[in-house]
Amino acid sequence: MRIGIPRSLLYYKYLPFWKTFLTGMGAEVETSPLTNKKILSRGVEVAENELCVPVKAFYGHCMALRDNGVDALFVPRVVSVEERAYTCPKFLGLPDMIGAVAGSLELPPLLTPRLNQREKPREFKLQLMDFAREQFGLRRLEALAALESARLAQRRYQEGLAGGRKPLDLLPASRFNTPRWRPPAEKRKRIGLLGHPYNIYDGYLTQNLIARLEEMGAELVLPEMTDHNVLMKAATDVPKQLYWTYEKEIMGAINLWTEKQMVDGVVYVLAFACGPDSLIQVLIEHRAKLHNIPLMSLTIDEHSGEAGLITRIEAFIDMLMRKKTAA
Amino acid sequence: MRISAPQMGNLHIMLDDLFGRLGVEYVQPPPSSTKTLQLGAKHSPEFACLPLKINIGNFIEALEVGADTLVMAGGHGPCRFGYYGIVEERILRDLGYDFRFIMLEPFSDGVWAFYKVFESLSPGLSIRKLWKILKISFSKARAIDRLHKRALQLRAYEANRGDTTRALHGAEEIMAAAHTAEEIEAAASESMAVIEAVERDSGRDVLRIGIVGEFYLLLEPFSNFGLEETLGQMGVYLERSVWVTDWIAPNSNNVIYGYPKKTIEKKAEPFLDQNVGGEGRETIGSLVNFAEMGFDGVIQLLPFGCMPENIATSIIPRVQQEHDIPVLTLAFDEQTGRAGMVTRVEAFLDLLEARRRNRPGAALKPGTAASA
Ligand code: SF4
Ligand code: SF4
Repeated sequence: MRIGIPRSLLYYKYLPFWKTFLTGMGAEVETSPLTNKKILSRGVEVAENELCVPVKAFYGHCMALRDNGVDALFVPRVVSVEERAYTCPKFLGLPDMIGAVAGSLELPPLLTPRLNQREKPREFKLQLMDFAREQFGLRRLEALAALESARLAQRRYQEGLAGGRKPLDLLPASRFNTPRWRPPAEKRKRIGLLGHPYNIYDGYLTQNLIARLEEMGAELVLPEMTDHNVLMKAATDVPKQLYWTYEKEIMGAINLWTEKQMVDGVVYVLAFACGPDSLIQVLIEHRAKLHNIPLMSLTIDEHSGEAGLITRIEAFIDMLMRKKTAA
Repeated sequence: MRISAPQMGNLHIMLDDLFGRLGVEYVQPPPSSTKTLQLGAKHSPEFACLPLKINIGNFIEALEVGADTLVMAGGHGPCRFGYYGIVEERILRDLGYDFRFIMLEPFSDGVWAFYKVFESLSPGLSIRKLWKILKISFSKARAIDRLHKRALQLRAYEANRGDTTRALHGAEEIMAAAHTAEEIEAAASESMAVIEAVERDSGRDVLRIGIVGEFYLLLEPFSNFGLEETLGQMGVYLERSVWVTDWIAPNSNNVIYGYPKKTIEKKAEPFLDQNVGGEGRETIGSLVNFAEMGFDGVIQLLPFGCMPENIATSIIPRVQQEHDIPVLTLAFDEQTGRAGMVTRVEAFLDLLEARRRNRPGAALKPGTAASA
């Protein structure tokens, strides 16, 4: 059986885990291509207009996999990845949203295991084992073995990230975001790049942002370079615990970067109409201001053009460069 | 201490009663207006959902008329509401206001913390006393919700336009004045009689529409340009899926709406098998519910970008493949104008009437025209 994994949304977080797990169950795994014009415009066409752009792109990725003739689409329902927290509501509803168009788009059957660690942290192991049994007829021990190799693959990925490599260096066949040249190290500025991985690392959605920043002299600091647990701990410095794990990572990163003065400036990428970011934006901007770290918020949607983006980041980086000379 | 909270529908009548019993001075923010919204939108993040923007406007206006303590309800996701308070406090402090801020987390989170909030407002308050106060205050709120529900059904038949709304105001005044349990009981029947007494044209052939969608948009007429009243006066019988007291007491089986939460979730299950926050799942379940009851159509109201409702909107076409019911989705933000909304609603009503004409069998089944 060939299973398609859309190269979108949580792909950027969990691909090594999912791929290894599905392969371990005897499936062949195929990912959709990098986001491109066709994928995005098809997604925009079928998705509800008010949705954020990464979710629209997800629809397009599902269609690309359908065209490649996969036997099934992997669209897990990732409800929660830690105790007492959620992901984004849109991830909770994703299988139903895709399910609603599956008929009219003639999508292959959807595989939608429900992963929910909100009540009990270990539960997700059982949930995946149930999935392995129901979908692949795997016995307990076989499922456990597949889970174990998946866990190791994910750990290697995370270790690589912590070592400063970008998700795109580690995920297969992704050569986006490579700068054409870079200024010498002593002329670079440390720029914290904040945002959801499926936005910042999707070179099409963010108009080659990473490469452009590096060409302009950014030494990028990424949330993924810090261990998840350290980020989580740093995120507790708020009046009420955030209940969205991925926003907590973002909060943790800005708290850490500002407190330890790890960056000279921050570029914060958020999707138009992103629910969680629309709120924590207030706290993030406040935090940066408090610590005197310049921050630029960049909103992306399906109409964002590269020219506008370049002008804005150029102005921002110029300002940072001048700041240093002034000091 | 002068305490205030955001405006939302008839919530202020309930809060006035509750804080009165607790011996705390309640400052009602000026009724939400275009100015409130502009003020709120100016100081809120652009993509924040509309309720937050109006809340901010209400809070600023309340602080300006002398409130020194602000209360906001909390929650634990997955949608934005549970984090509103934290962000609202930050925005107001950044604007330079000085106030005490109280986040009231749900009762189910811990009775003690819940009690402590009230005890801090009203020192010496015992748990028993608090419980009694909440109970009696809530019974009054229930009675008010019932009045509104009845008005939604009957307005379509009113002989003289505007009578129902006038009667409703009178009925609310009767309720507001009631204090003891006996008084509340008496006022409940007296005020309901006022609504029932509105002269009607019972033979009128009315359309029946179910209103579903996001909580605040459904409960605050300012946010939807008084859509329910407009529809009623156009001769539409309405049922609404969300009620304040059903929300406050989620375990009480939606007695105002009339369909238990569990029932509605079951109806949603084939299409949306997951709580996605807000009313997303309820919107789908209620859509099925209204379709099964043979309603002519459903209107979904949501703030622009509302996550749970956007999920629901994405799924509605699939529901319609199985349940033949027209749906009008209306999203609101600070740029929405009343005229555009009315045009869309009128076109929708035309469509519903045409459907009725073409399918005479679909006309009201006898006995379902409520008790008009
Ligand atoms: S977190 Fe924001 S960008 Fe990500 S899926 Fe949710 S709404 Fe979209
Ligand atoms: S339900 Fe919708 S409008 Fe209400 S807080 Fe959640 S996202 Fe905002």
